[in-house]
Amino acid sequence: MCIFNIVKIEDLIEKLEEEFEEIEVGSIKPETEFTDFENWGSMHALIIIALIDMEYDVTLTGHDLKKMRTVQDLFGIINEQA
Amino acid sequence: MGTKINHISYFLPSKTLSNEELSVEFSDHTPEQIFKKTGVKTRTHTTPDQIGSDMAFLAAEKLFLDSSLNKQDIGFLVYVTEGLDYKAPATAGILQDRLRLPLNIGAIDVPLGCSGFTHALGISKMIIESGQADNVLLLFGDTPSFVSHPKDFVLRSLFSDAGAAIWVGKSDNNSIGNFIYGSDGSGAKNLFVDQSSTRNPLDHKWLDNNDDANGMLYGQMKMDGLEIFTFSLKRVPLLVNDILEKNKLSIEDIDLFVFHQASNIILKSIQRKLKIPDDRMAYYLEDFGNTVSISIPIALSESIKEGRVKKGSKVLVAGFGIGYSWSGTVLYY
Repeated sequence: MCIFNIVKIEDLIEKLEEEFEEIEVGSIKPETEFTDFENWGSMHALIIIALIDMEYDVTLTGHDLKKMRTVQDLFGIINEQA
Repeated sequence: MGTKINHISYFLPSKTLSNEELSVEFSDHTPEQIFKKTGVKTRTHTTPDQIGSDMAFLAAEKLFLDSSLNKQDIGFLVYVTEGLDYKAPATAGILQDRLRLPLNIGAIDVPLGCSGFTHALGISKMIIESGQADNVLLLFGDTPSFVSHPKDFVLRSLFSDAGAAIWVGKSDNNSIGNFIYGSDGSGAKNLFVDQSSTRNPLDHKWLDNNDDANGMLYGQMKMDGLEIFTFSLKRVPLLVNDILEKNKLSIEDIDLFVFHQASNIILKSIQRKLKIPDDRMAYYLEDFGNTVSISIPIALSESIKEGRVKKGSKVLVAGFGIGYSWSGTVLYY
């Protein structure tokens, strides 16, 4: 448990942009919806689960994925659990 | 006294399924996308007249040709499969007869999947090091294609049918290290062959509903990919650390990590989490697909052929998946 909020949304966006080579740097905003990612599919969901697990030690569940629409939503879930 | 893997032989059915063929059936995926997603280029598929135990039999015949194992010296036979010939009697006994093995041997089936190889290897060590037999014949045969629905893209793009035969024998040096085992049946329904046996046998309704898929007579494999992925991501790093601890080794001591070849993304994520360098990680999905319990034997066999495993190498093997079930050890070459 963290007593203060260490995850910044800018860091999360930077990590997502690094992870998905096909995404242009600077194109992801907090309000960007995941379905706007090019060729968004189940594979991307798995990549995001692995990334968040590695970087923030948070394991997203299928339920988490269903309720998150935007990058901001993902950021919220990480902060709830980190 | 110790235990050693003396020889591995495997058998692949001749029918193949390429990404080009898959993309004809699943037109929203290009061959390149399929490869990127799965890491697989070719899968092998068998036919109903060549089931798991037939492939195990052919792999065993190959083993007898390729190694110095004498049938008379075998003391125990273990057959690993999720596609037994019959509910009864044991398929291992049928294989004893077909292979003309001595009558004074133990013969048991182990109906495990992705963790089948590492469990069976542990069982051989128990048998040999407790003095119950000097040579154990491990046979494997799996036919995931029989239980994959023709319209299930994920399963059809990943799985392959195959057989293997392994000679495990008594040795002066202990070449097989200490084992870690794990089971968690709460994950049973996340990778599951539906309508396949006593709890829920297939019925008229099932056959009618699956009329377009030849009735799905062997049952239907259903996978919650997300659950299997998160299970693997959480469990396998813990398993690896437990294996290392139990064998008093650190991650740097291991020359090659041979995991069950589940899928490219699962292996990549595990590799990244454990910070394993590329040259110490085995990927043999491209030409073989996920061959269930045969995937580690194939990967070991190929890495030996390629010279990646040689005398002095320490190889960590870990199987994980359906069950949930997991196990692993370290092999000292």
